[in-house]
Amino acid sequence: MMNSLFHLEGYGGLLLSGAWMTIKLSLLSFLCAMLLGVVTALAKRAKSTTLYLIASAYTVLIRGVPDLVLMLLLFYGIQSWVGDVCLYFGWDYIVIDPFHAGVITLAFIYGAYFSETFRGALQSIPKGQIEAALAYGLSNMQSFRFVIFPQMMRLSIPGISNIWQVMIKATALVSIIGLNDLINAAVEAGKSTNNVFSFLLLAGAMYLAYTMVSNAVFSQLNRYFHVGIKESKS
Amino acid sequence: MIELLQTYWKPFLYSDGYNYSGLVITLWLLIFSVVLGFLMSIPLSLARNAKMPAIRWSVQAFTTLFRGTPLYLQLLICYSGIYSLALVQDQPLLNSFFRDGMNCTLLAFSINTCAYMCEMLAGALKNVDAGEVEAGKAFGMSKFQVYRHIIFPAAFKQSLPQYSNEVIIVLHSTTIAFTATVADILKVARDANSATYMTFQSFGIAAILYLILSFAIFYGFKKFETYYTAHIVKPHTNRPNMLGLFGKMRKVVRK
Amino acid sequence: MSLEKKLSIEGLRKSYGSHEVLKGIDLTANAGEVITLIGSSGSGKSTLLRCINFLEQPSDGVFYFDNQMIEMTSDHEGMTFANAKELQTLRTKLAMVFQHFNLWSHMTVLENITLAPMKVLGQDKSDAIKQAHLYLKKVGLDSDVAMKYPAFLSGGQQQRVAIARALAMEPDILLFDEPTSALDPELVKEVLKVIRLLAEEGRTMIMVTHEMAFAKEVSDTIVFLADGKIEESGSPEAIFEHPKSDRLKRFLNHEF
Repeated sequence: MMNSLFHLEGYGGLLLSGAWMTIKLSLLSFLCAMLLGVVTALAKRAKSTTLYLIASAYTVLIRGVPDLVLMLLLFYGIQSWVGDVCLYFGWDYIVIDPFHAGVITLAFIYGAYFSETFRGALQSIPKGQIEAALAYGLSNMQSFRFVIFPQMMRLSIPGISNIWQVMIKATALVSIIGLNDLINAAVEAGKSTNNVFSFLLLAGAMYLAYTMVSNAVFSQLNRYFHVGIKESKS
Repeated sequence: MIELLQTYWKPFLYSDGYNYSGLVITLWLLIFSVVLGFLMSIPLSLARNAKMPAIRWSVQAFTTLFRGTPLYLQLLICYSGIYSLALVQDQPLLNSFFRDGMNCTLLAFSINTCAYMCEMLAGALKNVDAGEVEAGKAFGMSKFQVYRHIIFPAAFKQSLPQYSNEVIIVLHSTTIAFTATVADILKVARDANSATYMTFQSFGIAAILYLILSFAIFYGFKKFETYYTAHIVKPHTNRPNMLGLFGKMRKVVRK
Repeated sequence: MSLEKKLSIEGLRKSYGSHEVLKGIDLTANAGEVITLIGSSGSGKSTLLRCINFLEQPSDGVFYFDNQMIEMTSDHEGMTFANAKELQTLRTKLAMVFQHFNLWSHMTVLENITLAPMKVLGQDKSDAIKQAHLYLKKVGLDSDVAMKYPAFLSGGQQQRVAIARALAMEPDILLFDEPTSALDPELVKEVLKVIRLLAEEGRTMIMVTHEMAFAKEVSDTIVFLADGKIEESGSPEAIFEHPKSDRLKRFLNHEF
């Protein structure tokens, strides 16, 4: 068994491409989710009641319904909806591949969590600093870019890091709708070589490495963004 | 929609005609793994704070391992991985245990939530006020009594919101059980979908069921918390609305 | 002193819901004039100052800047500029110093001072930095403060940085909103010293303060507000030595 682990019986390439798929999926969904989170957080602060209600309903839905159910709902749901649209206009049938479906659902789900993190961060930025920006003639856009956004990001880093950890693990669910990610690659390699156990363990080790490396990156980021903060000596 | 409900309300709630299915199975998965995970987490959380580094580190290795990899992978290892080993297949007892998807699911879920609960509880144990512990000792309590009457109750009370959170996460995690052929709510929804092609309706019903369950758990814990933490002076809050209360569910904060 | 009108306001009103805070204020600031608003808390003096650069939207009133009437429209919160760009332009000419400094905590002192000149006035980076050092010197801070973050400075230093930040805009009018109220007593002096220096330079300033002795010393005009109206205004001598209204007399008795 050890021997086969080292040679991977010719399935090293498959496993690596699976890992690459997992990394791509997680990074892309992460970025999209963060974007959605910023927009939703701002919507929740908006004075418009409609926007606020939509944003709140969105978070409640995401929190109450399991990831996988939403994923299946969106994957099959969007697929049949797109199918209907194609049929109506007489287009060729467009197939949504699992990768994009995965990105859309993960972004949709974790956008809600990001919005909560960002909203909390926005609330803890002293109001006076935003006022000062406006008082010095910065436009709304400029005060967001130079004063609000950098502080919001700094205050959100622990939350972002936390969501990222959860997201890495959530990408595994996309293999259920057929994405050839690390898990499916490991299962396939394992089945072909009659060595499912070892390949799954190997996949586990790779996930672990991924989470630990990102942990290290985030703690560096945290240190970098902590400029200007006076730590209380304990 | 009505047709779908007429055909599938029974499987969704409790039985597919031959076996238990749907809500009943989901609840069984949830309750079993939460209770077992909780019980296992008690000794482990003590070990996590043990004086001997070797004990502390081995528990930490366990929690890191199970918190750093996807639950779905852990379930696969339990269900497909372990059963593929010749060693397991040749041993009749192990063979019969790991052949059953339900057993593997319960095992994987319990260990997984145990790892998370262990870290939660270990953190809370460390936070218990040293003065209260000292007072217990000063009144002549044994070490066991101090733990039994002072340290653990204080730690439990402190981590109640996190437990509420964790239970909801476990509920949401049970959805992967169908990959091990367990007939939970989502399995019924998938069956309904492939039989009727009513995608939105089938998964929509499942979504609503999970939403109701999440609400129920959240409010149950809230009620329990008000009763159980009556000693804590709470800031006066304004009349809470449904959205606001539910908004306090912090699912991602699972450290 | 020339009597060139810089800013004038007529009939300024401000309500929060049914509660009227400012009940028709007329105020004119000539070039080089130092105006101090005094009054007990709740009299509306801070609100007035904040209405001047529209951090609060007034409910009613006419604004002239450099003898030009500013065109206004109304939204649900009150009056606002017909042209949003114009509001930004006006704000660059009115630099505000806040009670709680409101320095941007994620930026160094230097970045705090150069941000608005660069991004709003479009100044060159090197020019902005050169100027920033100049103004730091002016408010009595060493240039090694420039690279520090606000949290590492004392309150007095932070407020002086905030004043340097305001000066860097080369504003027509400086607005001070209780600049020393958040400071420990021993730090008040260093900030007042800087403000006095600016007054002596002949800058136009509108100030809200509780430091009566200081107000008497540096102001050209004292405006006493009570209940959202100007109860009395005039030279420091007139206000402090020969107060006319009972309310002002009571207020001064209480303050001194």
